[in-house]
Amino acid sequence: MTTVHLGAIDYLILGLYFAFVLGIGVALRRYTKSSSDFLLASRSLPAWVAGLAFLSANLGAQEVIGMAASGAKYGIATTHFYWIGAVPAMVFVGVFMMPFYYGSRARSVPEYLKLRFDEKTRGFNAFSFAAMTVVSSGISMYAMGLLLGVLLGWSFTASVLVSAVIVLLYIFLGGLTSAIYNEVLQFFLIVAGFIPLVYLGMQDVGGWAGLTTRLAAAATQHGYAAGAYTESWRHLGAPANNPMGVEWIGMTMGLGFVLSFGYWTTDFLVVQRAMAADSMGAARRTPLIAAFPKMLFPALVILPGMIALALTTKAGATGFSLPVKPDGSLNYDLTIPMMLGHYFPPGMLGLGLTALIASFMSGMAGNVTAFNTVWTYDIYQAYIRRGASDAHYLWMGRMATIVGILLSVATAYATTQFNNIMDMLQLVFAFVNAPLFATFLLGMFWKRTTGHGAFTGLVAGTAAAALHHGLTLPAGSAVGIKGGWLGTVMHTYPSEMAQNFRTATWAWVACFVVTILVSLVTRPRPDEELKGLVYSLTEKPVEAHLPWYKRVGTLAIVVLAATLVLNIIFF
Amino acid sequence: LDIRLPIGALFAIVGVILTGSGLLAAPESYSLHNVNLVWGVVMLAVGVVFLLLARRGV
Repeated sequence: MTTVHLGAIDYLILGLYFAFVLGIGVALRRYTKSSSDFLLASRSLPAWVAGLAFLSANLGAQEVIGMAASGAKYGIATTHFYWIGAVPAMVFVGVFMMPFYYGSRARSVPEYLKLRFDEKTRGFNAFSFAAMTVVSSGISMYAMGLLLGVLLGWSFTASVLVSAVIVLLYIFLGGLTSAIYNEVLQFFLIVAGFIPLVYLGMQDVGGWAGLTTRLAAAATQHGYAAGAYTESWRHLGAPANNPMGVEWIGMTMGLGFVLSFGYWTTDFLVVQRAMAADSMGAARRTPLIAAFPKMLFPALVILPGMIALALTTKAGATGFSLPVKPDGSLNYDLTIPMMLGHYFPPGMLGLGLTALIASFMSGMAGNVTAFNTVWTYDIYQAYIRRGASDAHYLWMGRMATIVGILLSVATAYATTQFNNIMDMLQLVFAFVNAPLFATFLLGMFWKRTTGHGAFTGLVAGTAAAALHHGLTLPAGSAVGIKGGWLGTVMHTYPSEMAQNFRTATWAWVACFVVTILVSLVTRPRPDEELKGLVYSLTEKPVEAHLPWYKRVGTLAIVVLAATLVLNIIFF
Repeated sequence: LDIRLPIGALFAIVGVILTGSGLLAAPESYSLHNVNLVWGVVMLAVGVVFLLLARRGV
């Protein structure tokens, strides 16, 4: 592909953005006086700020670049990652789970596990989560360095170090508040950079009618029904009928329930934003407020992919098409960068590039702030140095920020050399994460669940995920990192996604069943110790005095109804 | 520190830069449209709204 050349005006806009994010860090420095200020934002943020940060922390590289690539590869079925793969779980965490996270005064998700279960369950979650965040942040950095190298010709080292130093500075100065404030700024920048891109792309493709006509041709070319790229549910009857290679049970159970709820309700990276809200009501509204833009985000990140596929299938007036890899397949990952370079003049190109870099930085900052909190409270204070002064933990939080960034940079460089090892690490983390929601569901809604049950269930769920993955393989894949590594392939799935969804389902079921069985034969904690931690023993929040638009129940119904309408429109 | 202040300021400044570029360097500002001018005005307006909200302290 042709490298895009930036003009002075583009660098000016990018420089302004860097100055503003650092300025926010500097402005907030004076308020960061305790470990609670630095790591928890002193639980002082209004719901709308926490809500937009809840969404923005998830808007990393994988989201913006990856969802556009999936839009080009799978069409509108990619919206399942939003409309059943995110929004219902966001409603659930807001309505049912935030009262325990926020009301228990836990400072992190692992600490909630300690309060509800025991130390070993907290340790299992804290260590795996801390390792996962730095690896995830590093892989995101690697993707950014690679992308900016291809798009702009920037060196990998310059791209990684500039973004890492800026994120380090604004978190080091202002802590979680600075990260959250910058995530809100980054959210608005991402929207501002992508709306005109979608508008110009839609103009080029001839509006919605032109898009559907071209995508119908693309679908029939690939042997699918005409609507396979523009109808999200109609072709999920069998894996062979849709580009994703999944069927509706795998989609609803694997993605819509296990993976989605496992991420949005238990991942501290996003839950931390809601825990920083200034009241119980604000904490519960946080994910619900985030759900509104979340359900509309496919228009900004998936639609460009669909436009790119449509224009590659049948060229528009401007000659845009996706680049081709050396093996002859389309390079979907370059959808957004190619569209920015094709449609935007100098100036707008700077804004679009800033939006792209903002998405990378918000994802990185989300990982680093989650890491420094879990490290300081759940590992350092719990296992290394108890009972130190608050000033010491504030210092440790800042050190953890530096170490977290350094480990992320090291991971980014390691990925350039050992890509397969990083794939394997991500696979292991997927095994550990898949059963988590079963543990939380039982822990919050069945007071009989014990610490031994929770820990054994988590281990069993992780083992079940590894076992299922080791005995199955996606069609067309070689034995190894993709599966079948236990020596016998007992089942072949039509696609890698179908295998992932089913692996997660097996992990969840194993964890759920083993947790119940072990809990029934071990001694539960007395009710007195579980107040505020379990549904049946916790006072329900009263909302009668609030206006309708601040009531969690009302917001949840509106969110779910709007999501249902979107699913029906694009059925 | 009201977060709407930096958001408004950044949007307004970028809006002015894009609008200026759309007016002064029109041929280079066209996409298909003089995108810099149109989107610059939109960003400037959004920035001003944020600044007004921050000033009112709602």
